[in-house]
Amino acid sequence: MLRATNIIKQFTGHLALNNVSIAVPEGSIFGLLGPNGAGKTTLIRIINRITAQDEGEVLFDGRKLRQEDVSQIGYLPEERGLYKKMKVGEQAIYLAQLKGMKKSEALSKLRYWFEKFEILGWWNKKVEELSKGMQQKVQFIVTVVHEPKLLIFDEPFSGFDPINVNLLKDEILKLREKGATIIFSTHNMASVEELCNHIALINNSEKILDGKVADIKENHKQNIFEISYATAIQQIEEIIPADFSLIGSTKLNGHTKTKISLPADASPNELLKWAIHNFEVHGFTEILPTMNDIFISQVNQKNKGNE
Amino acid sequence: MNKISIIIQREYLSRVRKKSFIIMTILGPILMASIWVIPLYLANISDDEKTVQILDETGIFVSKFKNTDQFTFTPINIDFETAKRNLDLSGNYALLYIPKTQFSLPTSGILYSGRQPSLDVKSLIKDVMKKEVERLKLEASEVDPAILESIKTGITLNTIKIDADGVEEKSFTEVSMVLGIFSGILIYMFIFMFGAQVMRGVIEEKISRIIEVIVSSVKPFQLMMGKIIGVALVGLTQFLLWVFLTLGIVSVFSIVMSDGTTLTKSETLFSEQGKVLDGKQLADFSEKMSEKDDMSIQLLEAVRSINYLEMIGAFIFFFLAGYLMYAALFAAIGSAVDNEADTQQFMLPITIPLILSLVMSQFIISNPDGPVAFWLSMIPLTSPVIMMIRIPFGVPYTELFASMAILILAFLGATWLAGKIYRTGILMYGKKVSYRELWKWLKYNQ
Repeated sequence: MLRATNIIKQFTGHLALNNVSIAVPEGSIFGLLGPNGAGKTTLIRIINRITAQDEGEVLFDGRKLRQEDVSQIGYLPEERGLYKKMKVGEQAIYLAQLKGMKKSEALSKLRYWFEKFEILGWWNKKVEELSKGMQQKVQFIVTVVHEPKLLIFDEPFSGFDPINVNLLKDEILKLREKGATIIFSTHNMASVEELCNHIALINNSEKILDGKVADIKENHKQNIFEISYATAIQQIEEIIPADFSLIGSTKLNGHTKTKISLPADASPNELLKWAIHNFEVHGFTEILPTMNDIFISQVNQKNKGNE
Repeated sequence: MNKISIIIQREYLSRVRKKSFIIMTILGPILMASIWVIPLYLANISDDEKTVQILDETGIFVSKFKNTDQFTFTPINIDFETAKRNLDLSGNYALLYIPKTQFSLPTSGILYSGRQPSLDVKSLIKDVMKKEVERLKLEASEVDPAILESIKTGITLNTIKIDADGVEEKSFTEVSMVLGIFSGILIYMFIFMFGAQVMRGVIEEKISRIIEVIVSSVKPFQLMMGKIIGVALVGLTQFLLWVFLTLGIVSVFSIVMSDGTTLTKSETLFSEQGKVLDGKQLADFSEKMSEKDDMSIQLLEAVRSINYLEMIGAFIFFFLAGYLMYAALFAAIGSAVDNEADTQQFMLPITIPLILSLVMSQFIISNPDGPVAFWLSMIPLTSPVIMMIRIPFGVPYTELFASMAILILAFLGATWLAGKIYRTGILMYGKKVSYRELWKWLKYNQ
């Protein structure tokens, strides 16, 4: 759907993107992750043709991205706002028209969305009279109203209360079902776990990791397992074999849950065998790393390497 | 292109609907029309007749006072103290007392009045007394008053402008001066007012952070041009509304007061001016005018003599072109800063040429064809104001067109330059920008 290859962008004094390539598959929700100042926004701006890359190219639907394609893209920037003195409805129509919609078409689509978000009563109010959350809703609507093939959300949930975050998540998933491809830039790893199926991690102007979320987790798993068992008389620390290492345990209602890390070559069956032998086992699961863990460990690793 | 027109529409409508625009549009013509209408109105108000009692002990002057529209003179023949006491009771305006003199001719009088007597009545009385004393003196030295009358001479100097085709036109230096300065100031005001509006608009978009949403739909240059053109149309609307409303108000008042003599005269003048008069006719015409000795007619004729079409046409051109050039620069400034307070350092180089043009205007009108005037009307940063000051004095078409061409080139250059700064500046936050920085932006590849 969208492919950016070997993008280089130089600003005076620093390199914002160094040979970054990403591939966003059709119909995916693609998480663009990275610490502040890593170059995510610059990459997004290049995709939106707000700024131009120095080198590299962006392919949209298999051909070179052109200015006309921006009408196929919906962009919700991190730094977003509306004209404060302008009426909500007028403003929404204006922004939809700038995306190439006809006025009548924009009007009917906007009414549909305003009704859905229960803000139709605000149509004739000035933006400055709206609460921050309402403004964010309006902003979301104008991002999606022209039914773009590609949606780019930069920190979409900031400024929303939990109820509206869920509303928004639902809408984002619905849009994907309707065939939109979504790029999602955020620091909120929980929402990445929940929504994204692909990610790319950018740090210090370079891409350090990308791929399917499931694959990445699989590649970064550290052979950690959790067993839960009826609490025994013997302390687990005393009997655990030397090549298994104990990470921690919690006790609850006569049960104990313990995380144990295995050596890279060990099979979980070995742990299970040992456990069955010693305890009454109630549960056994593999602990996959969270995106948060992977993010932090990858970024720290790279930054150490650079020093 | 279609997107630019959507932007223009928004920029235009959002400004035209503002209260401040509506108030300005209504107040402007009222102020301007009042400059015309009030003097006419005042001239047409007939004062109440006022009675001046005359107690002339000398008996020389009493018959010389002729009643006018404003003043009725009534001789009285009672003793001075009683007359003085009765003045208030009689309700008369004033009492003129001319005391008897022993040896010389009487040259003084005393005017008693319940209020401060008006200048009119004072000068009227002085004039009558002076004439009479002079006449008596002449008689005493046996000079015939007729001789004196015959040596009184009035000189009229008509200035006539002849252009290359030999077409003659009566010129009025004073009127040109006033008109030149007036239109110069108007251009200055318009460029400043609407240029600053563009700048504020850009800053508003930056502060409200809507800018990134918009430039993800349109190119920054489209947004900038849309804003500049939209505001230009607002300026043009305001100007044309001012012209039409002023004319409207003036003509309504003219009709209302058309029984007033001043306007009847000026109407004949208007109709006569429609024809092209040759020099001889003009001379006759103006002789007639001087005979009438009517200042207001002279002035009206002078005001009529201006080529309004050329003036308004030139004004619209120099306003638009000058504004477009300055507005591009203002937009660039707006894009480079985060709030209005930071604009100062960049405003200076832009405002100096504009203010300089105004400061120079006195000098320009005293020598509208000199080298300073010429060069300042060629340099694009000063030419809009300076050229407008010069036009009422008559500017050769070659100079006019050269100045226009330079201005258009400068506008294109300024827009190109501003576009480069603008597209970088609008996305730049929290950075104190220096001139060095701006220079770098010009070289960014976007």
